[in-house]
This record gives sequence, C-alpha cells and structure tokens, in this order.
Amino acid sequence: MARFKPHSVNESPLVPLPTNAYIPQRDLDKAPILEVSHLGIDFGGLTAVNDLNLTVGRTEIAGLIGPNGAGKTTVFNLLTKVYQPTRGSIMVDGIDTHSMNTAQVNRLGVARTFQNIRLFNNLSVEDNVKLGLHNSIKYSMAGGILRLPSYWKQEKVAHDRALELLSIFDMQDMADMKAGSLPYGAQRRLEIVRALGTNPGILLLDEPAAGMNPSETAELMENIIKIRDTFQIAVMLIEHDMNLVMGICEGICVLNFGKVIAKGTPAEIQENPAVIEAYLGRKKEG
Amino acid sequence: MKNLKKTTKQDFITYLAVILAFIAITVMGDAGMLSRSFKGQLVPICCYIVMAVSLNLTVGILGELSLGHAGFMSVGAFSGIIAAMSLQAAIPSPVLRLVIALVVGAAFAGVAGALIGIPVLRLRGDYLAIVTLAFGEIIKELINCLIVGVDSKGLHIIFNVSGAKTVNDLHMLEGGRAIIKGAQGATGTETIASFTAGFVLIMISLVIILNLVRSRSGRAIMALRDNRIAAESVGINVTKYKMMAFVTSAALAGAAGALYGLNYSNLLATKFNFNTSILVLVFVVLGGLGNIRGSIIAAAILTVLPEMLRSFADYRMLVYAIVLILVMLGTNNAQLKGLLAKIIPTKLRKEAK
Amino acid sequence: MEFLSYLISGISLGSVYAIIALGYTMVYGIAKMLNFAHGDVIMVGGYISLTAMLSMNLPPIVAVLLAMVVCTVLGVIIEGLAYKPLRSAPSLAVLITAIGVSYFLQNSALLVWGANPKSYTPVIEGAMKIFDGKLSISYISLLTMASCIVIMIVLTLFINKTQLGKAMRACSEDKGAAMLMGINVNRTISVTFAIGSALAAIAGVLLCSSYTSLMPTTGSMPGIKAFTAAVFGGIGSIPGAFLGGILLGIIESMAKAYISTQLANSIVFAVLILTLLIRPAGLLGKYVPEKV
Repeated sequence: MARFKPHSVNESPLVPLPTNAYIPQRDLDKAPILEVSHLGIDFGGLTAVNDLNLTVGRTEIAGLIGPNGAGKTTVFNLLTKVYQPTRGSIMVDGIDTHSMNTAQVNRLGVARTFQNIRLFNNLSVEDNVKLGLHNSIKYSMAGGILRLPSYWKQEKVAHDRALELLSIFDMQDMADMKAGSLPYGAQRRLEIVRALGTNPGILLLDEPAAGMNPSETAELMENIIKIRDTFQIAVMLIEHDMNLVMGICEGICVLNFGKVIAKGTPAEIQENPAVIEAYLGRKKEG
Repeated sequence: MKNLKKTTKQDFITYLAVILAFIAITVMGDAGMLSRSFKGQLVPICCYIVMAVSLNLTVGILGELSLGHAGFMSVGAFSGIIAAMSLQAAIPSPVLRLVIALVVGAAFAGVAGALIGIPVLRLRGDYLAIVTLAFGEIIKELINCLIVGVDSKGLHIIFNVSGAKTVNDLHMLEGGRAIIKGAQGATGTETIASFTAGFVLIMISLVIILNLVRSRSGRAIMALRDNRIAAESVGINVTKYKMMAFVTSAALAGAAGALYGLNYSNLLATKFNFNTSILVLVFVVLGGLGNIRGSIIAAAILTVLPEMLRSFADYRMLVYAIVLILVMLGTNNAQLKGLLAKIIPTKLRKEAK
Repeated sequence: MEFLSYLISGISLGSVYAIIALGYTMVYGIAKMLNFAHGDVIMVGGYISLTAMLSMNLPPIVAVLLAMVVCTVLGVIIEGLAYKPLRSAPSLAVLITAIGVSYFLQNSALLVWGANPKSYTPVIEGAMKIFDGKLSISYISLLTMASCIVIMIVLTLFINKTQLGKAMRACSEDKGAAMLMGINVNRTISVTFAIGSALAAIAGVLLCSSYTSLMPTTGSMPGIKAFTAAVFGGIGSIPGAFLGGILLGIIESMAKAYISTQLANSIVFAVLILTLLIRPAGLLGKYVPEKV
C-alpha cells in the first residue's frame, strides 16, 4: 500500500511571509501565484465566506479543508469568478482580478476541476482536451470555415498536444470515445487533463479523490506530484480524504463557517485544537 | 487525425448526396418527369433546407431554443427584394442581381441577428425562447409598416406607423415604382430565384456550418451547449461564441429569405410569422438536434409532404399534426420505443441506420 | 374620460390574459413545459359555448359550465395521451408535441366548425353608463374583471390552503422528493391541467364575448400574449401571472390608443424584452443561479 512517501519530491519547509501567510521556502525567490486578501461574499443576508487571506507559492501543493458546508467550493468559485466577491481582492500572478470574468481569470492562469464533474459529454475525449487548448490554438473563424493552411497546421499541433496530455494518465487510447461514456474515474482524470491544457499557473482540484478506493487515491497522489513537478505549477485542492491531504499538501488552510480557523503544515494542523473541535465537536466539560 | 478523417468522410457523403439529388432532379425536370406543382416547390424546398440547417446551428449546436427564426428570413427576404428591385436598371444580369440580393439579405439579417443577440443571449432557456419569439413578431409588424419605392433619385422609404400612409406618400418622381406597399407586402417583384441558385446556397451553407462545427470555433460553441460553466473555466468567451453561432445562423436564414422572396411576385410580411418559425423548428427536431443531414432530409420531406397528402384534402393538416405527435412519442418514450423495436425486426433497423 | 375608457378596456383585456396566463403558469410551474396548445383550448371553449347557446338553446351560464367541463376533459386527455408519456423526455420533444397538439386542435376545429369566422353572441349584453353617460362600461368588461378577481382569490386559497394545493406546490418544487413523500405526482399534474383547461374555457367565453368573433385560429395570439404575460410577471408565480396579464392588457390598450394600432403587439413584446433584461426572471419571479 505504501507506494507513496510524503514529501519525497521537494522537501521544503514553510516560511512565514510578512502578510502572515506561509509558502514553501523554495518558492520564496518568486512572487506567489495566488494572493488572496480579505476575500468575502454574501448571498442575500448570509455570509458564505468572510475575511479569507491566502497565499500560494509557485510550486506549492496547498490544501483547503473543512467540514461540509464550510464554504470550500465557494472559495474555488470566487477564485475562478463563478461568483464575484463582495469584498476583498484576488491577485493572480501579481495581477488584480477585480471585475474579470471566469474566462479571463482562466487566461491569467487559474484552471480548475469540479466537484460534480463537468465535462463536455457529447464531445470526444480528444475534443475535450482541445477545448482546454482553445486559447493556444490560433486560427480565425474564417480560417476554420475555409480550411486555410493555418487550420490544418494548428489542428495537427493541437491533436499531438492533446494526446501528449492524455498520456499523463495513460488515456491516449480513449481519445475517440465520448467523454460522457467514460467510467467515473476516467472522467475525473479527463477534467484534470482538460484543465492542464489551458496552461495554468495554478490548478484547483475540487475533491479529486471523491469516489476512489485507497489504491486509486495513492495513484492520484503520485500523479498530482508528477503534474506539479512536470509543469512546475501550484496545485490547490479541496479534499476530505485526510491521507491524501496530509500526505501531499505542504500548506493547509482550514475553513469553518466561511472563516479560516487554522493555517499551517500538516503536522501543525493535526495538532490544532480549533481544527479538532471543528471536525469532532467540543469535548464535554470535565 | 483518425477522428478528423471519419468526420470528413461523413461530411463528404452529405455533400455528395446533395449534389446527386440536384443532378437527378435537374435531369428529371428536363425530361419532363416532374409535375408542375413539384417544380414550383423546388426553390421553397431549398430555402427551407437552408433555414433548417441554419436553425440547427442555434438550436442543435449552440443549444439555445430560438422561436423567431422566421424573423431573420423576413429581414433577408425584404432587404433582398429591395436590393434586387432597385438595381433592376443598373444591373441587367438577373444572376448577378440575385447574388447581390442574397448577400444583402444575409448582411441585413446578420446585423439584425447581432442587434437581437446582444440582449437575447444574456437570457437562458425558456426565457431566451420567449424573447426570440417576441423579436420574430416585432420584426413581422415592423416590416408590415414598411413602404418602399424606387425612382431615378434612388430609394424612398417611409415607415407607416399610423397605418394611414400609402405609396403616394413616397412622393416619387414619374417613372418611380413601389417595391413594398406596407401591409400589402412586396408586389410586382421580378422572380429571379432559381433551383440552381437554391442548390448553390445549400452547398455554401453546408460548407460554412459543417466546417465551422469541425473547427476551433465550432468546438467552443458545442462546449457552451454541453456545459457553459466548464467552457468558461477553460477560458472560452461565452458572448463571442454565442454571438458567432447566432449571427451566422441569422445571416444564412437571411440569404434563404432573399431567395424565397425573389421566387414570388407577391409576398406578405405575415408569411414569416410564428408558425413559420415553428415549422422550421419542427424540421430541426425531427431531423435530429445537431444532425445537419437529418435537417436536410426532414426539411425536404416535410415541405413536400403536405402536397403529397393532397388526396386527404381537408384532413391533411390533421394528419400532419397526428404524425408529428406520434413521431415525438415514438422517438422519445421508452416504452413505445421498446414496442417499436419488437415490431420492426432488428436487422431492418440496423440497415436503416 | 377617454383615458379612463381605454384604461378600463385595457384592464378588461388584461383580465382575460391573466386568466389564460394563470393556466400557463400553473402548468409550467408543475410540468416545466411550455404548453403551446393552451391557447387552442380557449378556442375550443369558445366554440363549445357558442354551439351550446345557438344550436342547443341553452342559457349562457349552462353553456359556460358545459364549455368548462368539455375543456377540462380535453385538457386531461391531452395531458394523458401526449404529455405524460414524455415526462422524462427532453423539453424540446415536449414542446414540439405541444405544437402538434395545437395544430391538431386547430385543424379539428376547422373540420367541425369551418374556417369562416362565426359571430359570437356575448353572454351578457348592454353597458353601464356613468358620469352622465360620458363613460360607458360594457357589462362584459365588468364580468371579465370580476371573474378574474374571483378566480385569482379562489386559486390562491386553493394553492395555499388545501391538501391538493400543497401537493401541487411540492411537485413544482421537487417532483422526486414529492413522490418520496407519498404524493401522487401524475395525478397532481393531471389536476393542474384540468384546472388550467377549465380556466381556459372561461377565458374563451369572455374573450369571444368581448370580440364577438370566433375562428379556429382565435386562440393562438391570445395564447402567445398570455404566455408573454406569464413570463413578464415571472413564470411559475400565480400573483405574477395576474400582474403580468393586467399590465400587458393596459399596455396593449394604451399603445393602440395613443401610439399605433399596427405596432401594438410589438410594443407589448418590447416591454417584455426590456423587463426581462432588467429582471431576468420576470417581475415577481425568483432568479435561481445555477449551482456549481
């Protein structure tokens, strides 16, 4: 079972930043990929997320955990501008994403997967990946209709690149299948491949191990690290599987009722009384 | 590249089938094997095929229900008629005039599509459907108010809001002639449309739509249909691709409208009402959403069908309605599907596929 | 005084739209389908009541009741034969089927009653004169407005106070959950169609009494406008259908009087479009964003 050793790849201690955030020491010489400050959103009268501060280093694997309904997916939706924040700011690669939409934020370098899988079900696996590559394929609408040389050249490049990306998960043989007809696990992997196609600086994974058995989860953990090392990008994940979170995440942020209750390394989080209380409830007095 | 080759082959079969059908009908027509009424239907059939194929781009490929497609056909028809009739003196060649009329029709309908698309495409689902319906009706009434004439000084256009104005209010010089007379519609139009032009228009529409679907832009459009939020998350500009599909669809409908308009010496704006939009939608749904070849077949058969049902006389539209309901039930109800599967031998169905 | 007269005729027309829109909105709320055949049920109601009054010499009130019974049965049959088998089908398939049903009703009427417009005898005649005869309000207008208010009140009480009404609201909220709570979803949908069709019959009688003419296509335009009214007010919402209907009637009447008869429908539709741009779910509708 123990195919995976924690922190086997890049052992790098967390270092506090002036903004009271932690990022791995190896990323200190580079500006963080993601800086979130005082982020909040209200739905009607309900405050779903409040005063969230977060910094993610260039090649960090970060975890976002918390009990059900803590607002984790809402944070992802804010980062990708599915929801516009009520307060606070999100800087991606040093650029303020204020008033940007989902597509623009993606072009800045934020890619994601979804908790309830969202593939283009009627399109082939290859086309799903090519849609991830959409903004790197450059030919016009007229070029496509008239099938100008640029069309053939760019489509060939896209095809090769799509198969290359699919090979990360050994999925190149499924390229012609309809995405909707793939088995569950393959659909989750395809979502990651599609997100990687957009050439992101940070990859947000929403419960990537949901529905997986322990050996599949262990494989996923290796693959997440492989992706980080190959593409030299940051990964931030929401996950309930604590073996995965504690195994690969370098910095962890714990959310409860839309507020950060703890931040730190896996070891720190495991010892944190507020976290234990949030997950297990308060100990009875006496 | 395997995938691309397969779809290219599929498209090639579609083109070939259309070309063969055109040759066969032309040969049969020359040999006097076609009835007069069928010959009279050839241009309308071509127009409806283009309408169905173009609406399939909006409904089947973009996945947004439009109930106002006839509105774009109307814009194309009347702008095409105005172009063709006002250039009558300047350009003697009817073929060239027809080409110009189709381009003008497509351009005006495309602009209308863009103007309507900006507000409409922000809405979703049934709300989008009702608003396209509303725009279709608005276009119909606006064109119904239009009075247009041409004389040596050029075009004269007035807008008959009160309902009291007539052609005389255009104050044209001597020798001027009316092109569109308000509620009486376009009258005295020179009928320069031809079956060959219809065939060429179908081929152009097919090339545009099939190649668009197989390109980067087409993929983005289909991604919006399958999952808008996921499409946005991979950086696809929603408005741009929705507009692209909607405007292309409108422009092709405009070209079809121009061809249709130039096939009749008299044409009323009320011809392009809600029922015409629905008719085309029925072609698209029966032919299969996103299935371009299906749209062609459904449009051709269903345009000819009411003629073929002539022997049913008064009952033909009733029969049409019943057939429509039964087909929808037969293709969408699981139990009925199972029943059909038992009646029709498996082998036959496989061959039909 | 002129203005007041237009306003009253607008409210009267709007009341008819509201009654039709109530049927549309209830069916949409519960079956999530655009029932394009709803307008044609109005037409059938008109013909039945006319036949009852002219050929069978029945008193108007009996004719109305007969029309309601026939339309209710018709509505339930249509739902059972054409829509029920498509409960899990894509919404477009249901829409096309509804259009098929609409064609069917129109062409059946064409065969039974002929294509020529028939003149309709209003269920009540005469007018009330006020302000020394300067303003005259026809009794049919008064009846229409009164009917609309009564229907609105009864329907609201029914939806909120009765067991069946609660079942309807449950079904429109979540069919699966309603079924798990032991609610007979199919029966509830049938009842909704029955109520909607009975309302359509009343609307048919009132509409034909105001316009005194009837032909197989009579129902389609009021049907579309009532649908517009339902969307305008917020589809699925009963007060919304009422408000949307009345406002639409007033806008149409005013547009005809002061702007252009030719463009009255366009103005109505333009108002709808503008409203939806500002409030995407209509005046009283609730906008539910997609959950991610």
